[in-house]
Amino acid sequence: MNNLIGKNLTAGYGGVDIIKDINLEVNEGEIVVIVGPNGAGKSTAMKALLGMLSLTSGSVEYSNEEISSMLPQNRINLGLAFVPQTNNVFTGMTVEENLEMGGFLRDDDIIHTINDVYDLFPILKEKRNQSAGELSGGQRQQVAFGRALMTQPKILMLDEPTAGVSPIVMDELFSRIIEVRKTGVGILMVEQNAKQALGIADRGYVLVNGKNSREGTGQELLNNPEVRKSFLGG
Amino acid sequence: MMKFERYEWLAISIMFSLFILVGLIQGWSVSLVILNMCIISAIMTMGVNISWGYAGVINFGVMGFLAMGGLAAVIVSYPPITESWKVGGTGIGISFVLLVVLVISVMYINKAVKEKRNRYISNGIVIVFGILVIRFFYLNATANIEDVNPAIAGFLGGLGLPIIFSWIVGGFFAAGVAFIIGKVALGLRSDYLAIVTLGISEIVVSVLKHEEWLSRGVKNVIGLKRPVPYEINLQNTDWFISLITYINTSKLNNIIDVGDRDEALNKLIIEGSSIFVKLSYASLFFIVMFIIFYFANKAQLSPWGRMMRAIRDNEIAASAMGKDVVKQHLIIFVIGAAIVGVAGAMLVTLDGLFTPSAYRPLRFTFIIWIMVIVGGSGNNLGAIFGGFVIWFSWIEAAPLTTFIINQITTGLDSNNPLRLHLLDSVPYFRYLLMGSILLLILRYRPKGIIPERVRHS
Amino acid sequence: MIDFLNSIIVLLNFIIIPGISYGSQLALGALGVTFVYAILRFANFAHGEIMSFGAMITILFTWFFQSQNIGLGILPTALLALPVGIIATIILCIISDKFVFQYYRYQKSVPVVLAMVSIGVMFVINAIIRIIIGTETIKFSDGQKFIMKAKQFKVMTGLNEGLALKSSQVITILITIVLLTFTFWFLQKTKTGKSMRAFSDNEDLALLSGINPDRVVFITWAIVGVLACVAGSLYGLDKNYKPLIYLNLVLPIFASAIVGGIGNPFGAVVGGYIIAFSEIMITYAYKKFFVYLLPGPLEPSGLVQILSTDYKFAVSFSILVIVLLIRPSGLFRGRVL
Repeated sequence: MNNLIGKNLTAGYGGVDIIKDINLEVNEGEIVVIVGPNGAGKSTAMKALLGMLSLTSGSVEYSNEEISSMLPQNRINLGLAFVPQTNNVFTGMTVEENLEMGGFLRDDDIIHTINDVYDLFPILKEKRNQSAGELSGGQRQQVAFGRALMTQPKILMLDEPTAGVSPIVMDELFSRIIEVRKTGVGILMVEQNAKQALGIADRGYVLVNGKNSREGTGQELLNNPEVRKSFLGG
Repeated sequence: MMKFERYEWLAISIMFSLFILVGLIQGWSVSLVILNMCIISAIMTMGVNISWGYAGVINFGVMGFLAMGGLAAVIVSYPPITESWKVGGTGIGISFVLLVVLVISVMYINKAVKEKRNRYISNGIVIVFGILVIRFFYLNATANIEDVNPAIAGFLGGLGLPIIFSWIVGGFFAAGVAFIIGKVALGLRSDYLAIVTLGISEIVVSVLKHEEWLSRGVKNVIGLKRPVPYEINLQNTDWFISLITYINTSKLNNIIDVGDRDEALNKLIIEGSSIFVKLSYASLFFIVMFIIFYFANKAQLSPWGRMMRAIRDNEIAASAMGKDVVKQHLIIFVIGAAIVGVAGAMLVTLDGLFTPSAYRPLRFTFIIWIMVIVGGSGNNLGAIFGGFVIWFSWIEAAPLTTFIINQITTGLDSNNPLRLHLLDSVPYFRYLLMGSILLLILRYRPKGIIPERVRHS
Repeated sequence: MIDFLNSIIVLLNFIIIPGISYGSQLALGALGVTFVYAILRFANFAHGEIMSFGAMITILFTWFFQSQNIGLGILPTALLALPVGIIATIILCIISDKFVFQYYRYQKSVPVVLAMVSIGVMFVINAIIRIIIGTETIKFSDGQKFIMKAKQFKVMTGLNEGLALKSSQVITILITIVLLTFTFWFLQKTKTGKSMRAFSDNEDLALLSGINPDRVVFITWAIVGVLACVAGSLYGLDKNYKPLIYLNLVLPIFASAIVGGIGNPFGAVVGGYIIAFSEIMITYAYKKFFVYLLPGPLEPSGLVQILSTDYKFAVSFSILVIVLLIRPSGLFRGRVL
């Protein structure tokens, strides 16, 4: 079984450590959510797993293989995928070209995967020849999501996939995420909308001030009075 | 007053020993010619450095500002040509007034007409109509002016004042042009601004080259009055002759024959007069350089200089703190250009002639930028050092290359085609030298030879 | 009616045909500049010298082929030498990247530093060219000079005005069409071309998609080499090779790229033609044209010239400034600057 594990991660920007000694794990076929207050280092933790910033200490393992010093591109090759929070589509390219670029590393025929993405997000099929920059926020998120799926990842990381979209679109995106999980993909996401995210999560981590504060199943965290009080609005 | 660090003293002494070396090897006259140009280069470099080094505003319009300074030298010092004013003065005057009216009406339209499309249309109509009217007066007037004794005049002439005033006027001329350019182009991203300023300087130079009524264009203006004595006058001045005699007493006393002695004295006087003139220029230039250096340093240390650095290092933060970044950029761009203008007037003063076609933006702008980068942007002493070193290498590259080629090809026959070809190409090696210096400095010492001092204030 | 035809021929002969061929040369040059800008993200001041270098190699091999009596009959021998020039130019580009630009790319230097670096490269290439070939004007077009001479045309049509068609003009236009078609096909249809667009569009996301930046940069320089060498050689073929003119050519080329929207290949091509036509149209004296078109009493007395030809170079920059004032991102939305 494929899994991604971050052990005792300490990392940050310009010599300042933002996350300290964090442990994270995501397995194939489960949804894991990282929640926490602003500035807790949620996105940083995710970027550390992907190798987009160098670790001060700790290690990253993928399917029992140490990948701490691997370039992000090569981790993509292994089966990781990442959807950034902003600037996550090629605005000057059409929807279909965005998807093709997602499958850039694949040598096999990617048309089936493109069709799978279109099945998942029918609106994209309709807008396949429109440039991604002209789409609405929610549609762009779908393109970004679809682009990441094109690599046929084992583990998919989403950085606030529902930031800035309407509640209806958010529900829709979450239901798509559940559908993707059904295909066996492990999903790690950072979410501001902690309540809804934990609602669909198998497991969750709470980060506070760059440290692991609590972890458990989605339901456990939802029902925990302290967690509720701190960021679920009571 | 600032104190120099040890390596800065080292840089200064290297510069001086170089001139002494050239003086001893190639003669003092050569050394002084190079020195004078070095001082002018240093002033230009300081001008560029103020906008780039202090505030990060790029200025590739150097040649345009330099040429404006040169124009100032002509307009201040050339005697007025009454004939030209008589036939064309009114026409030029009317054109100028009309131009002002045109600009004001365009500004009025920009304010008054709110809708974008209408604004463009009405502006377009006003501008086209205005230009047609202006052309009518203007073309007549300029044709008349250019007909006045074209062999020696054919332009409006100047004010007939001492040329030294033009050093200040040149600064103002350049500042005026810089203000217009800045209004248009500042606010663009820096590499973009570089291209635009370079292009506008090309426009400025081509105007000076082709508007003969103003500057005689490619026909050049020659015989501008000097601020220092002429050699020929010096040679007939008593105090100068006695000075030379006094300096060379021992040498002359060794010559016994009276005729020989007179001849030797005569030779010394001619040589001495040329050196004296160059020294006078050098002292005047040095004073200007020192004044600019003093104030530039003072400004850099002032709160204003600190604010400029803050803007340079983090534009977004500075504008968030309520600094008007575009306005400050405009101010420093204009100041930098003014200093270049001063240098331009000095350059024409030194040459005694104004040749618009010599201002070739693409050839010389970059040399000045190499001076800035090599010297160390943000450091005025570095700017001066860069100006000196680069001009010095530019001039001395040829003799040095000849020497090196001769050394390398000693094994070859003196008529070997490769050797001859290389010797023919000697003037081109200076470009290789300039490019290599720039690349090496950018790679291994990106802050320049004398880097900006980091002040934690 | 005859007068009308004559006036059209005047326009064709003095504006349209020269405009298209000069425009093609600028378009190819501007396309190269825009490629570097889109992928490597700096203004490459060395581009003019790269063009000049390509033309120089083409000339050297033209001479070589001529000395071996290898030719193309009525076509200029330079066409045979062009592929060699292209290969040499690509090598030059790759070398300058490996030894110079790459370092700053890895350092993630700001664009203006890279622009300065390109000035250094410009000086070095400039010196190499001068040392190898000197500074003299070189005429290297051979073969049949005209496809149609003005006189032939007059005899053929019986009109007063002649229409001259130089073979260098036709070759320029044909090669440009082929090269532009190929470039746009490459960018729009091939996987590699698309990956270059993606890289230009969003570098971080391109990396996340597994696009290899070094490969993109390599291909960019290869394309830039082809475009620069062809543009430089065609310009030299059309107007004789002057090593020093390419330095000045940088300005209208930059103007073309920026007017069209820098980083936008289509914009660069359109920009090239806009700049070329404005330079020619604004400085052309229309007297002859109006003499044919208007009845006697209305004929103009002056030259009917908007600006004197002295201002040719200034025109491109005035247009640049106007476009910047009205639409800073260029006509076709380049990168936001």
